[in-house]
Formats: sequence, structure tokens, C-alpha cells
Amino acid sequence: MLGVSVNKFLRLLVVAVLTVSSSLGYAQGALDEVMKNKVLRVGIPTDFPPYGFVGTDLQPQGLDIDMANYLGAKLGVKTELVVVSSANRIPYLQTKKADLVISTLGKNPDREKVIDFASAYSPFFQAVFAAKGLSVKGPQDLGAKTVAVTRGAIEDLELTKVAAPGTDIKRFEDNNTTVSAFVAGQTQVIATGASVAGNMMAKNPKLDVEYKFTLKDSPNFVGVAKGEEALRAKVNAIIAEAKKAGDLDRMSQKWLGRPAGDLPQ
Amino acid sequence: MIALDFAPVLAEWPALAKGLGLTVVLTAVSAVLGVSLGIVCACVRAYGSQFGKMWVAAYVELIRNTPFIVQLFFIFFGLPSLGVKLSPELASVIAMVVNLGAYSTEIVRAGLEATPKGMWDAAKSLALNKRQILRLVVLPPALKSIWPAMVGQIIIVMLGSAVCGQISAQELSYVANLIHSRNFRAFEATMIAAAMYLALAMLVRQLLMWLGPRYVYKH
Repeated sequence: MLGVSVNKFLRLLVVAVLTVSSSLGYAQGALDEVMKNKVLRVGIPTDFPPYGFVGTDLQPQGLDIDMANYLGAKLGVKTELVVVSSANRIPYLQTKKADLVISTLGKNPDREKVIDFASAYSPFFQAVFAAKGLSVKGPQDLGAKTVAVTRGAIEDLELTKVAAPGTDIKRFEDNNTTVSAFVAGQTQVIATGASVAGNMMAKNPKLDVEYKFTLKDSPNFVGVAKGEEALRAKVNAIIAEAKKAGDLDRMSQKWLGRPAGDLPQ
Repeated sequence: MIALDFAPVLAEWPALAKGLGLTVVLTAVSAVLGVSLGIVCACVRAYGSQFGKMWVAAYVELIRNTPFIVQLFFIFFGLPSLGVKLSPELASVIAMVVNLGAYSTEIVRAGLEATPKGMWDAAKSLALNKRQILRLVVLPPALKSIWPAMVGQIIIVMLGSAVCGQISAQELSYVANLIHSRNFRAFEATMIAAAMYLALAMLVRQLLMWLGPRYVYKH
């Protein structure tokens, strides 16, 4: 009995070793793989407008999708979109189910331990938005104005810190209620995240809302599997080019209503 | 076991007091207006024209069969599209008045219908007109008999004002929610808010039971 199970175990072990070694032998750079297969697999969100969402034609669209297609085009390969969620986007990179992740990924030390980051490609920010006609250049102009914000969100904390005395901050339960209050005209100004504001502006073009000033910046980076230096360098080069050519600003303007601005490397 | 720490919440007592103050104001204004509206509507429903009865019935059924928060959202988020923009506080008061008005209509009507027909006949034989009969003869005993139910309804509306924080009226629940969104002491903040509501409800009940016989249905 015991002999059989040991035998089985050994056999399994041999299979395991062979698998690992073959995958090691196979592990040429991700960039070589991409160029050889002529396919760039990019993890993108579909639940986070305007960065990534599904349009009425059921096709993913948004800033992250545009960026993924842009990188593929610059590499001269086909872009294959892989839908990821916030929870599984890093495992997708680690298990090589995607070559890149372009999914509103912020950089932090914990994530840097498990994946590498190429340059930032788009801003993510909490900001103040209002109608074009309303003059708001900075927090000092908020005094005596009504501002809608979601209670307890980052933008609430930042706004409370900087708003001029006399600012009438109206706090609501969640993003939907905050947006409803602003869209209904119950407040003059709204402080919210870029994605919420982008969505709101897209659905309510009549309000003629524009970006006023930023409360907090946390730009999005392109995620690369750990150690894929060649791919990372190539992506960085393309992003640097795109920045110089103004393509990043154009994408950001299109989806977020403001230029990308000065993004970190 | 959670370690309870009330100090960070109690440190915000000026905000809590201000929130309690707005809850009291909302309740006071809507109690006076709501009960008045209820009395008028009940009289119309009991003795008014067919047309008046129909309108009051529609109002009562509409309000009593829809949730308060939906009525509140309708006033705050819906009316602006018709060009009516109200502050959160005013929207809250209107929602509470309209809500209390509908419920108190039915409460007062019960009192009116319980009034013996003989009282009307007796009053008529004294050559009082319809309005005088209502005000002097029929309403006082009717209000007296339904007053405890009315007080209960006012307290229900007062506790219902907790949802007015959803449209950013800065009443007690709004303040409690704001406090625990900052210091994450949710359990403590809601416990303190609950204790304040309890104390306020008991106080309001005592006050209204005292006020009733002296000012609402004088003998």
C-alpha cells in the first residue's frame, strides 16, 4: 500500500519537475513572446467608466482600452483585450495570462513587491467640477458656494481640509446621491473622483460641466510582470513618445475632460 | 468583545447638539403644520363636498402608501426638474408636513366619526353655523380622544426625520454618520444618537401630553 503511494508521489514529483523546468526553458522575455505571436494581451477593466466599460455595442471601450490599443499599434501587433477585475488584475500578470495590465492601477509599495510598473499613462484624481459659467480657480473660490460630496470619501477629507471658510459642504450617502444632487441643481459644485465625474459629464452634456481643480492625484500606471525588463523599457519608450506627441493628453481630454498633465515616470 | 470608546464621539458634542437642534426644529415645525393640515383635511373628508372628499382621499392614499424616503427624494431630487429648488431643510420640512398631514387626517377623521350625531343636532338647535359647530362643539372632544394616537404619530415622524440626512439636512443622524465616517467609531456614534433620540422622544411625548389639554382641545 505504502509502496504504491510513494511510487505515485515520485511520479507526480517527476511530472512537476519536468513542468517547471520546461516552463523555465520556455520563459523567454515577454516582449519576445509578444513580437513572435504578434499579439499583445492586455488586462483591461469593463466595470469602471470612463476608464473601461462596455458600450451599447457590447464592446469594451474607455481610456484604458484606447491605451491598450495604442500600445499594440505602436508595437505593430494585434491587441487582445483580457477583461480583469480590481481583485484579479495582479494575479493575471503573475500567472502570465496577460502581458500588461492597464486597469486604473495605482502604484504602491505593496504592489511593487509582486509586479513591476511601467510609466504612468493617465491621471486618476479626485477633483472639483462645476458648470463652465461658474468661476472656481481653487479652494479659495469655494466660499459661500454649495458643494456636493460623498461623505467619508477621500475627496470629502481633502475638500474639508482645503475649502475656504464659509463653504457650504453638502455630504451625501454615496456617489449616486451626490451626483443626483448636483445634476438636480441642488448644489453648484461637485467634488468627486475622475471616473464618477467622467461618467456624469458623458451622461449630462447639457450641464456643461468642466474640471476646476484637483484635490488629490493618484495616477494610473501600466502594470508589467515582475522582471520583464525588456517589455517594461519598450512600454516606457512608447509612453514617453506618446507624451511628447500629445497623445496622452488627447486620450485624457477625450475621456476625462482634462489633459493628462505631468505624469510621473 | 469590542473595546468601546465613547470619548472620540463625545468630543464632537457641539456638532451632536447642533444636529439635535435641527431635529427638534424640523419636528416642531412639521408637527404644528402637519397636525393643522390633518385637521383641515379630516374635516373636508368627513363633512366636505364630494369633490373635496375625493382630493383628500387621493392625497391620503398616495402618501400613506408610499415610503417616506421616496417622498423626500421626490421633493429634493425630482422637483428641481420642474424648476422648484428647495434647501435640504425646507425639503425635509415639506416632506414631513405632507407625511404627517396624511396620517393625521385619518387619525382626526376617526375622532370626528366617533362624535355622536346628537351633538350636531344639539349645536344646530343653538343656532350655531357649521364652522362654529366644528370648532366649538365637535372638534374638542374628537381631538381629546385621538390625542394619544396623534402624539404617537408625531413621534414616528420625528424619528423618521433621521432619513433627512440622506439629502444632507444636518440633523442628528447626519451628524452621527459624519462623526463615524471620520473616526470609524460607528457603534459608539449610533449608540449615542439612539440614546439622544430616545430621550428626545420621551421628552416630546411628555410635552405634547401636557400641551394637548391646555392648547389643542381646550375645555
